[in-house]
Amino acid sequence: MSTLTLDAEALYAELRSGVSALWRPGMALMGVWSGGAWLAERLVADLPALAEAGKPGVISSALHRDDFGARGLASGTDATKIPYAVDGAHILLLDDVLFTGRTTRAVINELFDFGRPASVTLAVLVDRGGRELPIQPAFAAAKVALPAEQKLALARDEAGRFTFSVRAPRG
Amino acid sequence: MLMKRNPQLNAHGELIHLLSIEGLPRAVLTHILDTAGTFLSVNDREVKKVPLLRGKSVFNLFFENSTRTRTTFEIAAKRLSADVINLDIAKSSASKGESLLDTIANLSAMHADMFVVRHSESGAPYLIAQHCAPHVHVVNAGDGRHAHPTQGLLDMYTIRHFKKDFTSLSVAIVGDIVHSRVARSDIHALTTLGVPDIRAVGPKTLVPGDLKHMGVRVCHSMEEGIRGADVIIMLRLQNERMSGAMLPSAGEFFKNYGLTDDKLALAKPDAIVMHPGPINRGVEIDSTVADGSHSVILPQVTFGIAVRMAVMSIIAGNDA
Amino acid sequence: MKILIKNGRVIDPVSGRDERADVAIAGGRILTIGVVSPDFQPNRVIDAAGCVVAPGLVDLAARLREPGHEHEGMLESELNAAAAGGVTSLVCPPDTDPALDEPGLVDMLKFRARKLSLCRLFPLGALTRGLAGETLTEMAELTESGCVGFSQAEVPVKDTLVLMRALQYAATFGYTVWLRPQDGWLGQGVAASGAVATRLGLSGVPVAAETIALQTIIELVRITGARVHLCRLSSAAGVALLRAAKAEGLALTADVSINSLHLTDVDIGFFNPAMRLTPPLRQGADRDALRAALADGTLDALCSDHTPVDADAKNLPFGEAEPGATGLELLLSLALKWGADSGLGLPATLARITSAPVAVLGDALGSLQSSAGRLVEGGVADVCVFDPEATWVVKPGVLKSQGKHTPFAFDATGTALPGAVRATVVAGNVAYTAAA
Repeated sequence: MSTLTLDAEALYAELRSGVSALWRPGMALMGVWSGGAWLAERLVADLPALAEAGKPGVISSALHRDDFGARGLASGTDATKIPYAVDGAHILLLDDVLFTGRTTRAVINELFDFGRPASVTLAVLVDRGGRELPIQPAFAAAKVALPAEQKLALARDEAGRFTFSVRAPRG
Repeated sequence: MLMKRNPQLNAHGELIHLLSIEGLPRAVLTHILDTAGTFLSVNDREVKKVPLLRGKSVFNLFFENSTRTRTTFEIAAKRLSADVINLDIAKSSASKGESLLDTIANLSAMHADMFVVRHSESGAPYLIAQHCAPHVHVVNAGDGRHAHPTQGLLDMYTIRHFKKDFTSLSVAIVGDIVHSRVARSDIHALTTLGVPDIRAVGPKTLVPGDLKHMGVRVCHSMEEGIRGADVIIMLRLQNERMSGAMLPSAGEFFKNYGLTDDKLALAKPDAIVMHPGPINRGVEIDSTVADGSHSVILPQVTFGIAVRMAVMSIIAGNDA
Repeated sequence: MKILIKNGRVIDPVSGRDERADVAIAGGRILTIGVVSPDFQPNRVIDAAGCVVAPGLVDLAARLREPGHEHEGMLESELNAAAAGGVTSLVCPPDTDPALDEPGLVDMLKFRARKLSLCRLFPLGALTRGLAGETLTEMAELTESGCVGFSQAEVPVKDTLVLMRALQYAATFGYTVWLRPQDGWLGQGVAASGAVATRLGLSGVPVAAETIALQTIIELVRITGARVHLCRLSSAAGVALLRAAKAEGLALTADVSINSLHLTDVDIGFFNPAMRLTPPLRQGADRDALRAALADGTLDALCSDHTPVDADAKNLPFGEAEPGATGLELLLSLALKWGADSGLGLPATLARITSAPVAVLGDALGSLQSSAGRLVEGGVADVCVFDPEATWVVKPGVLKSQGKHTPFAFDATGTALPGAVRATVVAGNVAYTAAA
């Protein structure tokens, strides 16, 4: 599958429908920094039901990652900002790309430092398989297979339009 | 002569020990300050712990006593989920006891991952960093009169928090500078971060002309040194100075160089007053100033924990 | 033992000889320099092709750590180090444990050195008992035992009245007093005062510690007429005072150490304890002045200031580390390096470590004075054969001394040193030959 078929905007449209179907009143929206947070912002602007829940939370995996010993301290260490109580919340968690599942595990650990949520539901733009942990999204706008060494990331331009970048590993 | 690479940095220029501020590039200092900002927000959470140093052993090796500094390092390490072991190795003059390197070797055999060292001799942490196992990191908590880098960093964090832009500031450091490791670290940090005007203020016995080599303007008059300053850092005066024929009395020191309200009036109206602590009220600083609206002495302490968390997490994440 | 040294370039600074020649040695003396009679049947032939044949080096300061500090340097290892360094005569300071203030101690030391036949040993006696700076030692007795002068080593005499009396007493008999100009109170720091010490937070020794002590000594020499040898000058200001005093005609000589001649305080780097030395390393301008002064003769001689230090005493934070560096095996190389840098020829360079030190010792050497530090027919056979083009790197394993700490170690400098000793002859015996 070539990258040209990964039209981020088209997939976002799919995500919007999927999230709309998952949403229940009383849920709280949260985006994984940074791609998931951008998605959350767009969704709040596009879906009135989500807008009623208020500002979405942003959550960073940086402080709970499992690759600290190999890669050192990641960026985004102060990105977590949760404007609502986590205790008892039904959280809809958004991320751009789901791969090994390790980022989601780190994000969940970070979330539990703030309280005990009633439930966490995961919705992603792209599920690229290659899971190394038992983590599943409730919704994925696309399932894509990519060689493990390539890095898939969401990008956002000044106008707020999404695109995907695929990067081969540095030599 | 061959000059060795700065032992604090690995081959990629990443920080693996924090021994001194001098020789560290501006980018490294800024990265530490930025990371410290992150950890401030951790300290506001309910769960004030993150797992970055989980399973690691941090040994506090204090050859010179200091409960307050040791406590802040302990808190910082525990907030990073490290195991902390405190060793107070007060030097006895009666017997030499175990050598410094033997102590380090024994502790390394107990699987220490990080040493936080305070020692009365300048350069001791360099000796330790040179001789400990490659995976062990060393943080200098104060060596003789040479350096106290975490204090220098938290002082810079404080200045950045209140004043934002280093490149337009006048900073006055007042007191016993020649014997002060805090002053040396502050001066190196200020010059690296681009502060254009640094004044070293005190009598000739405590602020010799020699100091100008470090990039400061030596002032023997308090009035001249304080005038127009944005930041005033007061240093602690130790009792030994009186017995070493450097000063006649604390009272006379206070008369000429103590920070009182009317001296403070010479500085900028929004000047901040700092002190590494513990403060000697009525010796280097008047109570009304220490407790007054210009004083940021207490925020310094809060910032100190975040800065130490930043330093420890950065160096622990870099390989030798 | 009959020795023939052939094909070498014979250099004798005193006579000015610098030519290809053979040297025949017998009975502890030099028989012939030049064309050796074919009748001469040597027991030993040393092929000095490509090498310089010079007088054996005379080192004015080398600590052997006996008696007392045996764990640091046994007499044997240190005298072997001397031989490996081409040193055939050395002067040792009296700061042994106990100090060399008793004739019995001096006798013992000389006896043991003679038995080893590796290097001639000329001890300095203590100027005051126990080096305490209070009461005088029996200088006549000590001289009879073999002391060539009297010294306080690194311990300044704080009481100027005592110092004056000591100089007066020594002057009575024509003894030379060897003094290191360092003020007792100002000299207590661990590094030279200046930008480096300030930045590193090390207690400083100001230049005034040397100049104030020098001025005191010079004034006392004026008053007492004593002969004084100034040990280990370290500063430009000190050199200036010395120059003026010599111009006045005062009986002063002086030496400089290999460390001060080549290094500055910047070399302390990241608190390298190998740089913990007394006198402390000063700034570039001081080093330049010392180098120029050695070249123009204001400083008479270059010495190694050999001081072996135990690893336990060196691997300590800078201020606690014991000062001192190994030097016997580096004296020749560092002299050659300085000579080459200064544009002096080999003869002038070698003079500073052969004939000039002998001139400093003067008649304290007795009959030896006429031929030590020289290559002269009929004179003593103390010879150093070395290859001036060879280079070697200083590594602990290579050194024969038990003192392994030196600022010139290859790990620190990344450079090799010029000049390798091939053979050393002392009193007509081969004390050292390099491995092939």
